[in-house]
Amino acid sequence: MDANDTAVFTYPRSLSRTPTHYCPGCLHGVAHRLVAEAIDALGVREKTVGICPVGCSVLAYKYFDCDMIEASHGRAPAVATGVKRARPDLVCFTYQGDGDLASIGMAEIIHAANRNEPITVIFYNNAIYGMTGGQMAPTTLVGMKTSTSPTGRDPIDRGAGYPIRMVELLNTLEGPVYLARQSLLSSADIFRARRVVQRAFSLQSKGFTFVEFVGTCPTNWGMAPVEAREWAQKRMIEVFPIGVFRDREAEAAKASAAKEA
Amino acid sequence: MGEKILMKGSEAIAEAAVRAGCKLFFGYPITPQNEVPEYMSKRLFEVGGQFVQAESEVAASNMCYGAAAVGHRVMTSSSSPGVTLKQEGLSYCAGSELPVVVVNVMRGGPGLGGIQPAQSDYFQATRPGHGDFRYIVIAPATIQEAVDLMMDAFDLADRYRNPVMVLADGLIGQMMEPVVFREDPPKEYDKSWACTGCAGREKNIVNSLYLDPKDLEDHNFHLFRKYDEVEKNEIRVEEYLMEDAEVALAAYGTTARICKTAIGLLRAQGFKVGLVRPITLWPFPYRTFRKVADRVRFVLDVEMSMGQMIQDVRLGVVERCPVHFYGRVGGMVPAPVEIVQQVQRLLAE
Amino acid sequence: MQYEVIIAGFGGQGVMLIGQLLANAAMLQGSKTVWMPSYGPEMRGGTANCTVVVSDEDIGSPVVPRPGAAIVMNLPSMDKFEPLVVPGGLLVVNASLVARKAERTDLDVVYVECNRLAEEQVKSPRSANMIALGAYIGKTGAATPEIVKYAMAKKMVGKERFLEANKAALDLGIRLAQGEAG
Repeated sequence: MDANDTAVFTYPRSLSRTPTHYCPGCLHGVAHRLVAEAIDALGVREKTVGICPVGCSVLAYKYFDCDMIEASHGRAPAVATGVKRARPDLVCFTYQGDGDLASIGMAEIIHAANRNEPITVIFYNNAIYGMTGGQMAPTTLVGMKTSTSPTGRDPIDRGAGYPIRMVELLNTLEGPVYLARQSLLSSADIFRARRVVQRAFSLQSKGFTFVEFVGTCPTNWGMAPVEAREWAQKRMIEVFPIGVFRDREAEAAKASAAKEA
Repeated sequence: MGEKILMKGSEAIAEAAVRAGCKLFFGYPITPQNEVPEYMSKRLFEVGGQFVQAESEVAASNMCYGAAAVGHRVMTSSSSPGVTLKQEGLSYCAGSELPVVVVNVMRGGPGLGGIQPAQSDYFQATRPGHGDFRYIVIAPATIQEAVDLMMDAFDLADRYRNPVMVLADGLIGQMMEPVVFREDPPKEYDKSWACTGCAGREKNIVNSLYLDPKDLEDHNFHLFRKYDEVEKNEIRVEEYLMEDAEVALAAYGTTARICKTAIGLLRAQGFKVGLVRPITLWPFPYRTFRKVADRVRFVLDVEMSMGQMIQDVRLGVVERCPVHFYGRVGGMVPAPVEIVQQVQRLLAE
Repeated sequence: MQYEVIIAGFGGQGVMLIGQLLANAAMLQGSKTVWMPSYGPEMRGGTANCTVVVSDEDIGSPVVPRPGAAIVMNLPSMDKFEPLVVPGGLLVVNASLVARKAERTDLDVVYVECNRLAEEQVKSPRSANMIALGAYIGKTGAATPEIVKYAMAKKMVGKERFLEANKAALDLGIRLAQGEAG
């Protein structure tokens, strides 16, 4: 690099240099990077403990360059609860997929949110079980074909249920401080997602913060990466709408500003 | 030594944990051990600790996993059906080599079973969850012993970085006896492996996943070298009136106390009967039984189960003498006189 | 020497409490002791009982199928535990709530109208259980009155008014058992 050059794009300190095992076109790598950038931006790498799930991101403990704990399937929020109750001074995040968080780990996520545990949950929703080979997930869209819903998810005749909207579900609880959903489907979306993740981490000391990413799974959807993003944009966003559903701090600031005015 | 106080078993166990430096409790209500979480929900906040009533036993054991992963002393307690659910988190603790103490106040089963005392979790304790691993299992017979073993349990867990199960029955949980708490301060252990933030060092990983078969085999070999050490160092067993015994009773926990009363009655009638009481159920005192087997006419194994520990007793005896069984289940507690009658009947055969 | 007593009655009659008092007193006088409750799924209104063993030596079985004594505070407890007391053992009967006499002839039976006496003489209806405990220790000497009162005082810090009533009730029970009052 010449002395006059300015680095506009660097490798996040909180991401290790280990090549990931993710499939071509998968957006987990993007999501990892956003998390690592948030940790760097807040300067908390040396007091961060990450909890990884079971699922495609099971090996995330290799990819983040901070202390990492591998949880059993769905229990990351319980493990994070143990971490923060023992060491409230640490920063703690969980990184979970849709099967892990919204199916087997439903009890753990709901109750960690309800207790307002001061953790940041990163939820990667791509509507399918990737690691195990493309089975139906709790967030699989109605009609979507998977290896365990071969004729398409059928909530009526086959009793396969409907896609679960986690942010909306958590938004019924009194506890959480921050709840947001953002897609990773375009560059503009990723820029917005970066702000959302940083906001979540910055509010962690106040309580439970939750970011859902709408992502893709080109491999198990049987699509090319670009096609997968287009499909997600067209089909997933209408079921999983984007937005900040709750920001208690912003609401409080707004309320106090209104009071002063 | 401190003052002698009359305490209920469950509460004494909880207090012993606090005095051993445990400031974190994660649990879920289940009879007959509710006095443990109830006690902790008050006591831990007095000592600057934390108590969480978890959403399930599964979650509770995984909260323990998290707290242990950052290097803190932590415990949970439950009763038989709840312990089944805790097996998940505890297998991960064993695989990741995390020290956790779990109290199991056993009740009758299978299924929902009942809420009265039983010893039907011997298998669940000594042949635990999924994968090749062990809990160190200790079984108190008095409240004083429960208190002492509870404090030892945290040291064993830390020394061997492994889950320790304190296996009590509903009687131990519910009865009151005088206890005195040891006042030695908790020992310090190296916990440089803990996930406390990577300031000034490489990152730490707490993990039980080894996708490469060779790595996983090596990990299992490592765990079992550790278990060999436990077997070498930590076996505890009481031999009661065994010097001249012609008959050995084998029992643990409350059943062993009932056997002692039976032995008193039998000795008053001139029968030379003694007791071998395993205090550690794993590691099991096989050698004691092998030694005893050469000297007695038979061993009578007495349990509040359909016969679980008897498998280990037989492994120890190795057919050197007959091993008989007497058990009551479902919350029925054997009376001393029942054991007396069994011994008399077997001697008359 | 070993004393075993089953104390039984309705929930709310304070049978668990006097069992714990006896165990505490036994501990304070240097004896070995065990207090063992029976428990069921119901929280209120059922029958409650506990067993207390007091001994010079280490106590084996905490469960005593045939106790040396029973204190029965109501009729269901009388029906259940009268047959279990060992021959020659002691039965303390709360005659206020147990209308019948003992069927066994091989027991030392003490009838005490605990509820009536608590109300009329001690002026403390809730002290009926202490009269029964007094009768038991008066008969057996399992623990001395002084040490039971000391255990009471330790347990009832902040409830001094009840403490005095309970001490009086205990003394009354002892006198009745020893045939000095009635």
